[in-house]
Amino acid sequence: MNDRARVFPDAETVARLALSDSGFVFDPVSGRSYSVNATGLALLRLLQKPTGLAEVVAALQARFKGEAATLERDVIEFASVLRSQIK
Amino acid sequence: MMAEPRFTVAVTGMNAQPENPGPGLAVARCLREAYGPRVRIIGLGYDALDPGLYLGEYCDSAHMLSYPSGGSDAMLERLAGIHAAERIELLIPCLDAELPQMVSAAPRLAAMGIRTFLPDAQTLARRTKDRLPELCALAGVGCPEIKPVASASFFRNCQADGWSYPMVVKGPFYDARIVRNAEEGAAAFHAIAAEWGLPVLAQRFVAGEEYNLSGVADGDARLLGEVMMKKRALTAKGKAWAGVTIYDQGLADCARRLVQALAWKGPLEVEMMRDAAGRYHLIEINPRFPSWIYLSQGVGRNLPALLTELAFGRPAPALAAPRPGTMFIRYALETIVPLGDFEKLIMGGDLSRELDPKNPLQNEFCNGKPRGAGGEISPPFVMNSGRSPEPEGAL
Repeated sequence: MNDRARVFPDAETVARLALSDSGFVFDPVSGRSYSVNATGLALLRLLQKPTGLAEVVAALQARFKGEAATLERDVIEFASVLRSQIK
Repeated sequence: MMAEPRFTVAVTGMNAQPENPGPGLAVARCLREAYGPRVRIIGLGYDALDPGLYLGEYCDSAHMLSYPSGGSDAMLERLAGIHAAERIELLIPCLDAELPQMVSAAPRLAAMGIRTFLPDAQTLARRTKDRLPELCALAGVGCPEIKPVASASFFRNCQADGWSYPMVVKGPFYDARIVRNAEEGAAAFHAIAAEWGLPVLAQRFVAGEEYNLSGVADGDARLLGEVMMKKRALTAKGKAWAGVTIYDQGLADCARRLVQALAWKGPLEVEMMRDAAGRYHLIEINPRFPSWIYLSQGVGRNLPALLTELAFGRPAPALAAPRPGTMFIRYALETIVPLGDFEKLIMGGDLSRELDPKNPLQNEFCNGKPRGAGGEISPPFVMNSGRSPEPEGAL
């Protein structure tokens, strides 16, 4: 299992989410809606592409100037919440 | 240019109490928005306080029906009287409790010139709550076990038979309560039996989220125009107060298999629970449009209009592609009712209102008479207005 499958929800599930620039997120299958901050929105947009954990962390680091280890921890934590909410 | 011919549709279920509204008013609203003044809508109700009967923008006239418990003959006699005045071309029943009689009466209604678009009696019976497991086995759809219960003692002894709490206690037509122990089970049993009669049904609890689908089956095992909805806010009775359209192929596939297994014809609402693994379990099939059906108009899939086209033998109209992410929020609104309108319904069972010239949606005619000629009709019968209260201060 690659790190994408281990850490993140499957790409098809994330790809179905409708993302608004305001941070409003709608799941058209479950009917649930969520709100995320700018970092969460950027992360969801990255996850809608077939991107691995290292690429996600690098992309976020380039944009938000965090330390790689901290970013990786935050990404994994966010992904865990995502997996529990969106199935 | 010739005007398009006008036609007359009667719709039942004009009750609209906020915690549990009937679907009739939403169906009438869909028809009005689809056809404008080309459709004459006849609102049919069982209570003189059914608010839809007084909303002239949707109902061109209104009549009281006799309660289903009064028997088929009384219902048919009453409909024949209304038909003599209104020339009903299509009848859309919207309440579960009246469906068995309406379905049985469909051939006699057809002989009178009143179309319906309904399943036959045998098909209707195959989707009653106690028969859902049998149907689901045939359709390959998940379904929790359901058991008819004739005594409250079941809830004390059920664990010995492999039942566990929580479970759901249901009436044959309406009402569903989640109970967590024998005391709650017995209380729900007595309350539901008192209101809806026996048998009361016990259904195994499925943990998950409820999803609803409405559509129209064409009688050739095809489901048309399905609209899927997730409730976002509930009334005290668990009815949708707000909701949002969704699209899940798995839910659509389940509904299609059920329609095919039943060879269903007419409107329906499929209520399903989606468990944590994403599997669907059938909870109920309602043989009518749901009260949230106006959402179908909101997403370009006006299902009452689709049914009307099919009932008149016309091809199904083109519908918009499924549009997940459209919300509705219901609200309560008062309408001002002249006491004379209330009097007409309570005393004679019929209400034909003068037209509001400012309302472009209303008909140019009322009961077939030109505007200004008066829309009153003399009822050829004395109406039993069911639960309606006696007039206050009768002389």
